[in-house]
Amino acid sequence: MELNDRLVIAGREFKSRLWVGTGKYKDFVETKKAIEASGADVVTVAVRRVNITDRSKENLLDYLDPKKYTILPNTAGCYTVEDAVRYARLGRAAGVSDLVKLEVIGNEKTLFPDTAGLIEAAKILIKEGFVVLPYTNDDPIVAQKLVDIGCPAVMPLAAPIGSGLGIRNPYNLKIILETVKVPIIVDAGVGTASDAALAMELGADAVLMNTAIAGAKNPIMMAEAMKYAVDAGRLAFKAGRIPRKLYATASSPIEGML
Amino acid sequence: MNQCFQIQVNGESRESRAGTTVADLLRDLDIKPDRVAVEVNLEIVDKGVFAQRSLQEGDRIEIISFIGGGR
Repeated sequence: MELNDRLVIAGREFKSRLWVGTGKYKDFVETKKAIEASGADVVTVAVRRVNITDRSKENLLDYLDPKKYTILPNTAGCYTVEDAVRYARLGRAAGVSDLVKLEVIGNEKTLFPDTAGLIEAAKILIKEGFVVLPYTNDDPIVAQKLVDIGCPAVMPLAAPIGSGLGIRNPYNLKIILETVKVPIIVDAGVGTASDAALAMELGADAVLMNTAIAGAKNPIMMAEAMKYAVDAGRLAFKAGRIPRKLYATASSPIEGML
Repeated sequence: MNQCFQIQVNGESRESRAGTTVADLLRDLDIKPDRVAVEVNLEIVDKGVFAQRSLQEGDRIEIISFIGGGR
């Protein structure tokens, strides 16, 4: 593995090209073990009310050292620009950085992003000094617009959140990767290791996932599989694959045959 | 002076006394201030002024933190 192959976003350097969510795990111990197995150094978290009636509940950050991981608050569950901006501000106030994974959701059933709302919310937050990483559709035009307004990376979906369908539109992703000149983090829809490898082989700069690991029968083992898949995909991309051809090309020479 | 009034904390009614600050409220609720954000009437209160910001009758307070979530 090339050790100097680091991902840089808005001047921040990341070791891992696999980013992981922290939802849907059995408990915090499993969360911690899976994240360790994944090798990820960026973890996404949600912003929610503190349970004030039952203070015995442990805090996620007791298990994830913010010195070791970049804690990336998201605005998951926000359906309006106002809500997304409010949650982003709260996340910044609770945390230590200006990073936000911005989501403005457009539909409950698909959880597809409301890209018009996304651009509007991103503009507001960028003006306030946020580093906005937007969760968007696999639409090259919207991706470019997000960059034009100041997003230092774009996070297009591979498939609906939690669907495990894999890369539904590799051609659109390829166009985004070729035309949009900021780091592209494929976010949502990965089902298994080969999906993550494919995203990286296409040239994605990183992959973000949660359900594919947390929902696996053995989340810790799957986290490790994803680590290898992302590394393998990245190496294959950098190595440069052979072109696809319809007919065979022999690897053994004809010369010297009897 | 020891006047009591109602406030809303994370959607629930709660009694408070005149002079109570955000820092006092967090202490009463056994919440560490370093990992939360506090909003009073939709305005975020800077962590640095938790001990200065006193609560008023009818204040709507939201105390939020990070939970597991992601994708």
